[in-house]
Amino acid sequence: MKKRSLIPILYIAFLMLPIYWLVAMSFKTTNEILSGFSLFPQTFTLENYITIFTDPTWYWGYINSIAYVTLNTVLSVCVALPAAYAFSRYRFLGDKQLFFWLLTNRMAPAAVFALPFFQLYSSIGLFDTYLAVALAHTLFNVPLAVWILEGFMRGIPKELDETAYVDGYSFPRFFVTIFLPNIKAGVGVAAFFCFMFSWVEMLLAKTLTAVEAKPIAAVMTRTASSAGYELGLLAAAGTLTIIPGAIVIWFVRNYIARGFAMGRV
Amino acid sequence: MRTENQKAWFFVLPVLALVAFNALVPMMTVVNYSVQETFGNNQFFWEGLGWFEQILRSDRFQAALGRQFLFTFLILLIEVPLGIIVALSMPRKGFWVPVCLVLMALPMLIPWNVVGSMWNIFTLPKIGLLGYFLNDVLGINYDMTQQPLSAWITVVVMDVWHWTSLVVLLCYAGLVSIPDAYYQAAKIDGASPWSVFRYIQLPKMKTVLTIAILLRFMDSFNIYTEPFVLTGGGPGNSTTLLSIDLVKIALGQFDLGPAAAMSLIYFAITLLVSWLFYTLMTKDDAE
Repeated sequence: MKKRSLIPILYIAFLMLPIYWLVAMSFKTTNEILSGFSLFPQTFTLENYITIFTDPTWYWGYINSIAYVTLNTVLSVCVALPAAYAFSRYRFLGDKQLFFWLLTNRMAPAAVFALPFFQLYSSIGLFDTYLAVALAHTLFNVPLAVWILEGFMRGIPKELDETAYVDGYSFPRFFVTIFLPNIKAGVGVAAFFCFMFSWVEMLLAKTLTAVEAKPIAAVMTRTASSAGYELGLLAAAGTLTIIPGAIVIWFVRNYIARGFAMGRV
Repeated sequence: MRTENQKAWFFVLPVLALVAFNALVPMMTVVNYSVQETFGNNQFFWEGLGWFEQILRSDRFQAALGRQFLFTFLILLIEVPLGIIVALSMPRKGFWVPVCLVLMALPMLIPWNVVGSMWNIFTLPKIGLLGYFLNDVLGINYDMTQQPLSAWITVVVMDVWHWTSLVVLLCYAGLVSIPDAYYQAAKIDGASPWSVFRYIQLPKMKTVLTIAILLRFMDSFNIYTEPFVLTGGGPGNSTTLLSIDLVKIALGQFDLGPAAAMSLIYFAITLLVSWLFYTLMTKDDAE
């Protein structure tokens, strides 16, 4: 038993090393970073974080990112719910083809869509808004949300629906008051995945924004190139981007394993 | 089972409208560009399939495609077995399970450009933890901005770091769904650990492993941000994977026609290989 637990420990240590290094760097002064190697920050400083929290270009980057990610998550889950219900409960003309077509959008390289998206959202006047990024991210999040929710809904016996109708529930009332509470975990997991993929995706988010809705990634790359070697600041900004993900994952920790299997175990 | 009901289409309509807007319009734009030539000023000339031919024959595309396949092949070769091994050795219940899961999932929730920056900082010679350790403690000459091999190893290790947990979590989900009775029966029969794996655990992991391999294939084949931030495709062109090359052509050189043709070929390859994987791995179920 002892020997077996060595593998996960080593694996987690491997995962934590680069993260530790990023966090350690963020507490160092630029001087210390450039003067050579030190395993722990010698002169512990919060300067990098203070810069980020007092400079509007920096902290607005975070606010913008969180805004479009939230919008995307709500949007994706809301449209995916009825669709997943249809796929899990009914057979209809072209259902299999439609399901596969939805999934193919998950396979499209984001690089392919960068330029056409820019033109599309410019032409409808949504360029540089939260809505543009949120809508663009639905391309890969909606298929995923449908896929996950469908997996969870299939696990709910159909008798539940039928009993509710016999008891005189209308469809909307049944869906909200009976069905939704039953697939709570699935909704949580789907929302988690939408959050995750919208939060980590940067190519489209950067392409579709300029000033008003600029995500944190764009701020980071611009700072990295303009200010030369501000590694400490870059590390602090990076460290802060890990926090929202860590918080969200803590909420769904008990569903993670099943959630990653998209309910298909 | 599921009942026939055409009204179900109404439920699907919002998704259909949203995804069609996001997928069809840009896709048609790409198709448009791929068969035309432009010299600016919004003037377009019919080019036919010329760009496709040019792309397919160009050494540059073939080299990038070769690198892409090598990369994806290495990723699957390392991440799938490693993920299975870690999943098998994880505790099944107790206090440490959620802790393990949260820590393992953490790399996947870090924005991709931050992943690139993080590995950049981590591998810098003299300053980074790994760079310092390799160069100054072990005495290995390592500099990924100069040596193609170092750059390749770094990009692969970065992806292993980033995504192996997906395979672990999926396999783990399959493993915890095996009832204890199976293991007890195996014990009574005196089954070896290998046959427990081969005849009990592997079949149970099959569905989730299919999902894992498919997702890992698609995402590693489409990878852009992390290697771009880490190496920028260099040194030289040694880590220029397909997406990086595509963005260079489309947004760097603004060669819209060739870029569009390349996009379509790229997408077609992804679709084809995904479909092959999918049919191969689900073949037994159908029989």
